[in-house]
Amino acid sequence: MTERHKINVSKLNLFYGDNHALHDIEMTIESNTIAALIGPSGCGKSTFLRTLNRMNDLIDGVRITGSVAVDGQNVYGPETDIVSLRKRVGMVFQRPNPFPMSIYDNIAYGPRIHGTKKKAVLDEIVERSLRQAALWDEVKDRLNKSALGLSGGQQQRLCIARLLAVEPDVLLMDEPTSALDPISTLKVEELTQTLKERYTIIIVTHNMQQAARISDVTSFFLNGYLVETDKTDKIFTNPNDQRTEDYITGRFG
Amino acid sequence: MDTRSGFHHSLDGLRSELLAMGRNVEQLIHEAVESLARADEKLAKAVIDSDDEVDGAMSRIDELCLRLIALQQPMASDLRVIGTALKIATDLERIADHAVDIAKITIRLNGEELVKPLEIIPQMAEQAKDMLRESLLSYTERNVHRAAALADKDDGVDKMYSTVMTEIIGLMGTDIAKNRQLTHLMLVASHLERVGDHTTNIGEAVIYMVTGKRKDLNV
Repeated sequence: MTERHKINVSKLNLFYGDNHALHDIEMTIESNTIAALIGPSGCGKSTFLRTLNRMNDLIDGVRITGSVAVDGQNVYGPETDIVSLRKRVGMVFQRPNPFPMSIYDNIAYGPRIHGTKKKAVLDEIVERSLRQAALWDEVKDRLNKSALGLSGGQQQRLCIARLLAVEPDVLLMDEPTSALDPISTLKVEELTQTLKERYTIIIVTHNMQQAARISDVTSFFLNGYLVETDKTDKIFTNPNDQRTEDYITGRFG
Repeated sequence: MDTRSGFHHSLDGLRSELLAMGRNVEQLIHEAVESLARADEKLAKAVIDSDDEVDGAMSRIDELCLRLIALQQPMASDLRVIGTALKIATDLERIADHAVDIAKITIRLNGEELVKPLEIIPQMAEQAKDMLRESLLSYTERNVHRAAALADKDDGVDKMYSTVMTEIIGLMGTDIAKNRQLTHLMLVASHLERVGDHTTNIGEAVIYMVTGKRKDLNV
């Protein structure tokens, strides 16, 4: 029954030591949609995002109950291999974090680790990934130059291309444009619209207009609770919950 | 705590601007019907001249709404307040146009004696003015019940309109001058009926603004 949902979260609770950070989260996300997570700082949206590919495992004292299923498989199950999980469910961070190596090697890094050695195959992966990330035309003549010489917006798209190179299913984006200028932001937003044809995207954003522009569904988090999830156009014109209304109209607190 | 007090203050300003326009339009409808009843050409001309003021108010409201949308990216109920203001301003402007049309009929009738004293038309005018007042009140109070009550009042106006039509058709004969006058009076009734419809539009807009739901008040 979960097969039709890309992601199925049930009774998810998360504790940082004594701090109960996520309370009984229930959420389903369909394939090929963009889900936006909004809410004030400390509401749990980034913590929630990181439960989807077990990034919270890296933090000491974290305890998680409930289940997170991707394609029907519980990512917290004992049979789950974290490396292959993170290949399938990739992540883009707030600040672009290219490796200090060439553009080409940044993209080829993942496939090489996963065993692809042939130059012809790598060439093809690099080109395809950069094209999908709408960066190819800007960098095709300097693939062997350092990635650190790219602008912030280009670096962020490079990081997205690097993710695409390992052929994930789900892209997690944690405020991917908060460090970018407005034009680069729009380029990344535009990119998400083409990427959703192939991938499922979950994006945390502090920019409500961004959530409104790019997402299909929006979830509002508050104090570790998921207040409501609905179609994005519903949330931003007539949300069900008064707390959502107060937050998005700035009458908060 | 309101984190957008400047913006919300602007929304209050928008509300006052719209209500001022509403009061102005209410006065115009009143004067247009008065000009007809008293065959007062001067008053009719004043109504026609005031239309520019109403058009100006509509442009100001329009611009304010577009500016708030562009600069403040309103969401949810704030967005509905702005969308509603745009709609209500349009309906008010149309109502003013009907007042102008009635005033023009006063001038065309040129003081000629009426075939029969006006009876139902003043009642229609009272009802239409009452509906306009109620619709604006429902807006000020964000009162969904008051807005919904406009549906019944509009049925009343529609009934009076059909009574006037029947009566006028009955009075028509072979006298062309008389028929011309009767046709003008029929148009007055038609304008008042349209005013009623615009107030139900305002009521619908208020219901949407408050609840986010659509309701048809003119079935």
